[in-house]
Amino acid sequence: MSAQLPGPVMVAAGCGGTGRELEAYAGPAGLVGLDLVTRSITLDARAGGAGPRIAEVPGGLVNAVGLPNPGLDHFLATELPWLVRAGVRVLVSIAGATMGEYADLARRLSSAPGVAGLEVNVGAPDDVGTGLFEVREPFHAASVVAAVRREFPTDRPVLAKLRPDVSRIVEGARSCHEAGATAVVVGNAVPAAFPDGRSGGLSGPAVAPIALRCVAEVHRALPGVPVIGCGGVRDLRSANAYLDAGAVAVQVGTALLHDPTTVSRLRADLAPTDRLMEDA
Amino acid sequence: MTEVRGAVHVEGEVVATKRIGAFRHLTLTAPGVPERFRAGTFVAVTVADHVARRALWVHRVRASSAYGPTLDVVVEARGSGTQWLTAQPVGARIAITGPLGRPFALPKEPVACLLVGEGYAAAPLFPLAERLRERGCQVSLVVSAPDEAHLLSALEARRSARSVTVLTADGSVGVRGRVTDALDDLVARSDADIVYAAGPTPVLAAAASAAERSGAWSQVAVEAPTPCGTGLCHGCPLPVVGEDGVDRVVRACTEGPVVRGDRVRWDALPDALGQAR
Ligand SMILES: Cc1cc2nc3c(=O)[nH]c(=O)nc-3n(C[C@H](O)[C@H](O)[C@H](O)COP(=O)(O)OP(=O)(O)OC[C@H]3O[C@@H](n4cnc5c(N)ncnc54)[C@H](O)[C@@H]3O)c2cc1C
Ligand SMILES: Cc1cc2nc3c(=O)[nH]c(=O)nc-3n(C[C@H](O)[C@H](O)[C@H](O)COP(=O)(O)O)c2cc1C
Ligand code: FES
Repeated sequence: MSAQLPGPVMVAAGCGGTGRELEAYAGPAGLVGLDLVTRSITLDARAGGAGPRIAEVPGGLVNAVGLPNPGLDHFLATELPWLVRAGVRVLVSIAGATMGEYADLARRLSSAPGVAGLEVNVGAPDDVGTGLFEVREPFHAASVVAAVRREFPTDRPVLAKLRPDVSRIVEGARSCHEAGATAVVVGNAVPAAFPDGRSGGLSGPAVAPIALRCVAEVHRALPGVPVIGCGGVRDLRSANAYLDAGAVAVQVGTALLHDPTTVSRLRADLAPTDRLMEDA
Repeated sequence: MTEVRGAVHVEGEVVATKRIGAFRHLTLTAPGVPERFRAGTFVAVTVADHVARRALWVHRVRASSAYGPTLDVVVEARGSGTQWLTAQPVGARIAITGPLGRPFALPKEPVACLLVGEGYAAAPLFPLAERLRERGCQVSLVVSAPDEAHLLSALEARRSARSVTVLTADGSVGVRGRVTDALDDLVARSDADIVYAAGPTPVLAAAASAAERSGAWSQVAVEAPTPCGTGLCHGCPLPVVGEDGVDRVVRACTEGPVVRGDRVRWDALPDALGQAR
């Protein structure tokens, strides 16, 4: 396998709108070369959940957005071509209710022009992904990754996005990598509750230490598995914490909701040339 | 001002702050925002130690002042963010993104327009009234509030509006009454071809249905919780009926905040906004 990995900075799933909204804040270089993970796309359109979908808590947000998306057909017809024309490297996050749906999504996306890679969402916080294939067991997550990998060309990356659960993360990362994942994304919204008790997922600075611990554990146990850190990245320092712990790249989610210029600033700060020079 | 499109994310500065009744009027610099403003668009501001942004209507823009172009917002202190905002002194720096969302649609012909606003949310109707007058429209403005302290002063609007009506629920100033009860009468009296409304959901719903009953168009400015305001999070669901007659949920911050009143699914709105019915 020789799939090129995205990074070192990527837009995390569900935090970049349709991608287009980021253009106003991208600076003169525009969106060219931006590694963007789409919000999770399902075969059929989903309206998303009732409100309030997002609550603010100290250090972050609790969300139960409910994966609103226009469905694969509409995404392929409208959103994807725009992103490809703008020069975005599009990684499509996919979510399905059955293994068959994941395979269908992967097959159809494999022939869509401009798809740079896939991210398999096997780490949604419990309950939030209601209606999604149950992937709590690493074995199930790995089966999904294997089904996707079979349908998607090996020269393009398939990322497995895992929940930052420190008791299962090494096992999850190992199984997904063995099942063919090019890299694992360690970090997602952490199972949490809204102030009124409804289930949701916590994201933002508050979850960074949790995801960082998981990234470090995976890198220690499985040094050969490329890891992408995700959770609370908001500036150079928080990004470097992941990179220093062994991550090859980071994803930025909630910070974009707070400041839409976060990714363009981090891309400039972490331009690959600088890191190469650092390494030399 | 020459019109420029798109939004910018900039550091602004408080150049004036003034308490009027229950509101705090802030004048801000925000390079690029006033130049791009159109009535009905909003700004998202960053509040210290908070992740989510706060949305604010733009009450007025000035093309030039001692500080260059500025914009005015009207803030009512309620929760932690608006309390922080109202406490900001002159010289404070605030990250501002804007202008965001879709503005009020303007008529091509010089028609009769009824503008109805409640509380601080009446703010965007003032620049709208100016635009409409420039187009030769007959503007009737109605500002309402529970009491005088929460009433946005309509003094300045008298230049652009042919008639100004003030309504307070407690009768502390103007006519005693609720705008929701008075809408049919107001639409009839103004002979409105278009009704523009800004305020809490019941006011918007009443304006949309009064307009529909009299055969007028309506444009409503919806306030949905907007965690980002920039279209990135999908956290601001607004249930609408599409042009094709199909039910959809769109992002209030991007496809709104101003939408056609007859497109909103009013029965589904409280759930989407997370409000008790
Ligand atoms: C398009 C738009 C324009 C607005 N214009 C103004 C204005 O000109 N002046 C003004 O005083 N207020 C305005 N608001 C409302 C203002 O943004 C909220 O009242 C404010 O976000 C509440 O924040 P808080 O920090 O005071 O309350 P908190 O209780 O601390 O807020 C907690 C969270 O809930 C959200 N929230 C709570 N109530 C509302 C609400 N009514 N609308 C949207 N989000 C809410 C907040 O954004 C925040 O994420 C506007 C809202 C929208 C959507
Ligand atoms: C509003 C919102 C929507 C999200 N939508 C998705 C999604 O569709 N698919 C997914 O895999 N993760 C989704 N996530 C999780 C983020 O991609 C990210 O993994 C998580 O929020 C942690 O990173 P952060 O702290 O930088 O936000 C979402 C997060 C938020 C806050
Ligand atoms: S507030 Fe985030 S998309 Fe509308």
